[in-house]
Amino acid sequence: MAQNVFEPWNDPAEKPLIQFKGVTKRFGEFVAIDNQTFDIYEREFFALLGPSGCGKTTMMRMLAGFETPTEGTILLGGQDMAPIPPNKRAINMMFQSYALFPHLSVWENIAFGLRRDNKPKAEIEARVAEMLKLTRLEQFAKRKPHQISGGQRQRVALARCLAKAPKLLLLDEPMGALDAKLRQATQFELMDIQEKTGTTFVIVTHDQEEAMTVASRVAVMDNGRIIQADTPARIYEMPNSVYVADFIGEVTIIPGKVHRRDKGYDVTFAEGQPTLYSEFDAEFDNGQTGYLALRPEKVAISAERPEGRTNAVQGKIIDIAYLGNLSTYHVVLPNGQKIKAQTANTRRLSRRDFTWEDTVWLSWTDTAAVLLKG
Amino acid sequence: MRRISWFNATSLTLGFAFLYLPMIILIIYSFNESKLVTVWAGFSTKWYGTLMSNQAFLDAALVTAKVALASSSIATVLGTMAALVLVRAGRFYGRTLFSGMIYAPLVMPEVITGLSLLLLFIGIGLDRGVFTIILAHTTFTMCFVSVVVSSRLVTFDRSLEEAALDLGCSPFDAFRLVTLPIIAPAVISGWLLAFTLSLDDLVIASFTAGPSSTTLPIKIWSAVRLGVSPEINALSTIMIGIVAAAVIAASLMTKRASLRQQADERAAVRA
Amino acid sequence: MRRLALIALPYAWLLALFLVPFLIVFKISLSDIATAIPPYTPTLDFRAGWQGIKDFFSELDFENFAFLATDSLYWKAYVSSLTIAFISTILTLLVGYPIAYGMASAPDHWRPTLMMLVILPFWTSFLIRVYSWMGILSTEGYLNQLLLGLGLISTPLTILNTPTAVYIGIVYTYLPFMILPIYSALERMDGSLLEAAEDLGCSRLTAFWLITVPLSKTGIIAGCFLVFIPVIGEFVIPSLLGGSQTLMIGKVLWEEFFNNRDWPVASAVAVVLLLILIVPIVLFQMNEQKSREAEQ
Repeated sequence: MAQNVFEPWNDPAEKPLIQFKGVTKRFGEFVAIDNQTFDIYEREFFALLGPSGCGKTTMMRMLAGFETPTEGTILLGGQDMAPIPPNKRAINMMFQSYALFPHLSVWENIAFGLRRDNKPKAEIEARVAEMLKLTRLEQFAKRKPHQISGGQRQRVALARCLAKAPKLLLLDEPMGALDAKLRQATQFELMDIQEKTGTTFVIVTHDQEEAMTVASRVAVMDNGRIIQADTPARIYEMPNSVYVADFIGEVTIIPGKVHRRDKGYDVTFAEGQPTLYSEFDAEFDNGQTGYLALRPEKVAISAERPEGRTNAVQGKIIDIAYLGNLSTYHVVLPNGQKIKAQTANTRRLSRRDFTWEDTVWLSWTDTAAVLLKG
Repeated sequence: MRRISWFNATSLTLGFAFLYLPMIILIIYSFNESKLVTVWAGFSTKWYGTLMSNQAFLDAALVTAKVALASSSIATVLGTMAALVLVRAGRFYGRTLFSGMIYAPLVMPEVITGLSLLLLFIGIGLDRGVFTIILAHTTFTMCFVSVVVSSRLVTFDRSLEEAALDLGCSPFDAFRLVTLPIIAPAVISGWLLAFTLSLDDLVIASFTAGPSSTTLPIKIWSAVRLGVSPEINALSTIMIGIVAAAVIAASLMTKRASLRQQADERAAVRA
Repeated sequence: MRRLALIALPYAWLLALFLVPFLIVFKISLSDIATAIPPYTPTLDFRAGWQGIKDFFSELDFENFAFLATDSLYWKAYVSSLTIAFISTILTLLVGYPIAYGMASAPDHWRPTLMMLVILPFWTSFLIRVYSWMGILSTEGYLNQLLLGLGLISTPLTILNTPTAVYIGIVYTYLPFMILPIYSALERMDGSLLEAAEDLGCSRLTAFWLITVPLSKTGIIAGCFLVFIPVIGEFVIPSLLGGSQTLMIGKVLWEEFFNNRDWPVASAVAVVLLLILIVPIVLFQMNEQKSREAEQ
């Protein structure tokens, strides 16, 4: 492993910046956050990912101080944050609606937080100028928020939060209001700014691609709980549950009975179908139900049975989703199980090998699939 | 989730107490036995009886009702037309003057409107009476109607009308069958506004009424000039009661309609 | 053709019953009082032809306006109307803003009811609402009874027939006009703006001054004009609550017309009143224009 890989969560000597300790938040009967304990480290770009209503926004609002935990404590640099009101926290938040003050110019919006600290005028001016430069807004300083484009407004909101040089910056769906093209460019810009300023970012999003792109770690949430918090690559390749596997990217889930064999498990999933084999390090009892999660791009599609593959099944193509660079084939097996297989479209359309109703073989290597408990 | 703070609760309580206490006191004291209005002498409805047998008040009430009905109805037609002109007619010669004449009466002191109309009626030798009050009330209330209706017309989706024309309606039919039903709530509230403004008006009616056409506000006015009277308290209570009942009924009806619409929409989604 | 009819009918009505009457007022304000029917000269005599029209115009003059300027009653009445309108506008704002603020921060499901409670008095008779204060404020009225009963005062206060009673009456009757525009400005405000201000280091109170007040500015201005403009020409409130002490121009006009039967002076009073009103009306229109633009 290279020396300069940024993985503070694997280093026991590293002190976390933010610690959630047994945090629960209830609104009346409704449990928004259910007894969560986790850490966020300095300079991290931490993404809270989940469907709407999963509790990710509540998590963020507790960090900002707009909500207080019902139980448990949140620590910032080892200090309990409960008694500190939002206006005294070294944490700033970028709102989903940006919440730019419509009666103030871009310059005044960025200077707003600095002025609250009664900083000397020259210092404020220098800091605002620096922020304008960082976000490439120099020529818009005098405009009002309604006189600039959506992307520029987003950058003003970012500059305004960064101006106070917070220890932690919270971003609530920061790209929700941008169109797809702009969103991509902005994601890279955001990473760039995060790197330059060295600030810790926590981002809330429901867009998995966005979370995977920007974050050093992604926490996948559901029903007030973090299901898995890990690097984007591990979240994708090594999901710890069917929920995470299914939420991130495309996947085929094949339930079956598992039996230990060699370094992995045999999976029998249907009568008359071959037994599948997955080399995967996990603890299963013999005969227990396991779920085989298979990413479509790891499944090969061929007309003939491939040589030397344990995992090979035969089925019929029922659907083809043509995505331009890729095509996803939906293949149904005789027992009704559907499997997705993806191929890169390196050839022209007319020379593609398979079409609807073709009978084909699907195969994958022993290490391609992961075996999950549920 | 949001709880109301003590400051907001206090200001709302005090504010609404200020708005409603005077009227509540008035209503309570209308049931006072005593002729001395500020001394409570037991419950009685006798002032309502006196009021009902007072022919002058009943006559004035009848005149007021006639004037209000006639003027608000004419004002609704003219005001709706004026709103259509303001929103739809585009440019025409004298447009600025027209919109000026629509908005000016809204801010014109009533004494001036009343005075100018009176001088007109005298100038053209028109005898003052119910007819002149109707003319005067129509003129100032039509402006309120046109403001209410035009604010609705501005948000009206014109493609609905174009669809009607496309399907073979004449322009008038398109207005009658499509536009009017959709803007009807605004037209109705315009009518209601005109009606209450006319019921309520003292100053303009005083200028334009003749000796034989006393309206209820004029009658009340000459009575209260002399001080507080239990009969007027009773009359006020009746008027407040009618208005409160009408406004509450109207708001319940709108609420029910919107609840029904929500239920229908939910049902449609489920189906 | 249809379009012409649509325009012509309301246009003609307003010309005949709004503009022409006003021109008549203007013309009479230039005439002289006379003991005749109608009680002013000259009257336009078309039968005398061109000469008649010339005679008519030659007899018009600005004497009445000169009279208004010299008699202190009139200019005092104008000044006093403006002063009363100004003070009562400030008072209405002070009373109305907290109510509008309270309404805007009330839970969503309360708001329609609160709105209705503010609008309801607006539908009840203006005259009755002013009248209801006579019983409260008079020397033997309910307020004095209460204060005497509580032992807060030993002799009854004189409130009715003083400017204080006029202020109370104006604040009371014009309160909805102040509350509604401020409420609609506050209600439109995005709640996250206040959270953003707090997040950036504001206390609740600073956030109120720096964000809430500037953003409700158009509502405040609109509300102030909606109170200020009609109060200048107010007649009923000073007549019922103000007694002889309170001088307001609407009352002067009324008395000039009905009691003194001096139509030319009454007309001149009306013309000057209108000229005074033009300034706030134009300012009000500009504010409305600005808030419409801000909405887009």
